[in-house]
Amino acid sequence: MGVMDPSLAKPIMPGADQDAILHAVGEEITNRGFVIAKADKLFNWARSGSLWPMTFGLACCAVEMMHSAASRYDMDRYGMLFRPSPRQSDVMIVAGTLTNKMAPALRRVYDQMPEPRWVLSMGSCANGGGYYHYSYAVVRGCDRIVPVDVYVPGCPPTAEALIYGLLQLQKKIRRTATIARI
Amino acid sequence: MTETEMMKDMSDEQTGQSPLEAMAEHIRDSGAVMVLACDVVQGEIEVRVNASDVSSALALFRDDRQAAFTQLIDLTAVDYPDRKHRFDMIYQVLSMQNNMRLRLVAAVGEGQAVPSATGVFMSANWAEREVWDMFGIFFSGHPDLRRLLTDYGFEGHPLRKDFPLTGHVEVRYDDTQRRVINEPVHLVQELRDFDFLSPWEGMHSEFDGAYNTQDPDKSAK
Repeated sequence: MGVMDPSLAKPIMPGADQDAILHAVGEEITNRGFVIAKADKLFNWARSGSLWPMTFGLACCAVEMMHSAASRYDMDRYGMLFRPSPRQSDVMIVAGTLTNKMAPALRRVYDQMPEPRWVLSMGSCANGGGYYHYSYAVVRGCDRIVPVDVYVPGCPPTAEALIYGLLQLQKKIRRTATIARI
Repeated sequence: MTETEMMKDMSDEQTGQSPLEAMAEHIRDSGAVMVLACDVVQGEIEVRVNASDVSSALALFRDDRQAAFTQLIDLTAVDYPDRKHRFDMIYQVLSMQNNMRLRLVAAVGEGQAVPSATGVFMSANWAEREVWDMFGIFFSGHPDLRRLLTDYGFEGHPLRKDFPLTGHVEVRYDDTQRRVINEPVHLVQELRDFDFLSPWEGMHSEFDGAYNTQDPDKSAK
């Protein structure tokens, strides 16, 4: 997320300007022991800065999801690390073909995630059934089962595309001016 | 070098008969009553039996010291809806001793039970469950004949030719019932037709499945 200039609403890139702001904040903390920030902005900063995705790989998209987590793209740079449990995660990446048989399990996992939570639909199959749209065994889009925040197109989407989608999700979270439960 | 070429290499020089043909002849002789037909087709042994004889034929080929088809590679079915006995059950077995494969084919009518091969090969268990799931062929004597792949409570058998591609139901999460429910299929966009007569699709194999489309009932008359 970086350092934001509240008057411009634009991130300030690393450099002398950013150092000055960070230094000022550091001064505040050492002198007074606290800093003042808007609570919703602070929450959104924390939420978008540590999105923990639920590992939900269903098909070949999962391989691209692994790539985006591996060293070349490294989702950990954004504070994202995969959690094996829905109870510890904020975002679910539906990566792959969602079959009818899997649908109740997906919904159950979603229900087990604590609020606030987000869903990212990855790839053609999760977005709308894709190649298997007319199949007797496939759900025509995972938005029939769970509410989706971001759709990433592609078959499969590249690791960059997924990262871009996650950055879009961060943007969406930052735009949301609420601390209430959704 | 393919398996078939190796067979030719090893052929018996005295009789001029390939090992495949020798094995086919051996099966014709030893399988006496059961074997309806036994031929070498495209370099593979194909044996036809009645559906009721399937498991005993598999046991016979397995226990025969000379044949020793000791491994079940796969079992599957094919649907020919125009035939009187619409299904073909197909068993692929391997003899590691002879480096030879054999295909066992049996025509099965709708609603006809096939004796389960699980008593002969344990590996037939899930394969038969899949065939039951996909074609609705019943296996008598199977220890646990449930559906294998499709959804719980699924109706119909998807690999039958008369099963519609999109099936009968689709799932959706219902907010009021708070669970995933089944609904009749409603397609927003119709299935598109593709032109398979385009010259780019003009694959003509010499095999073409031609001998398989024959109805064994009609050819017997």
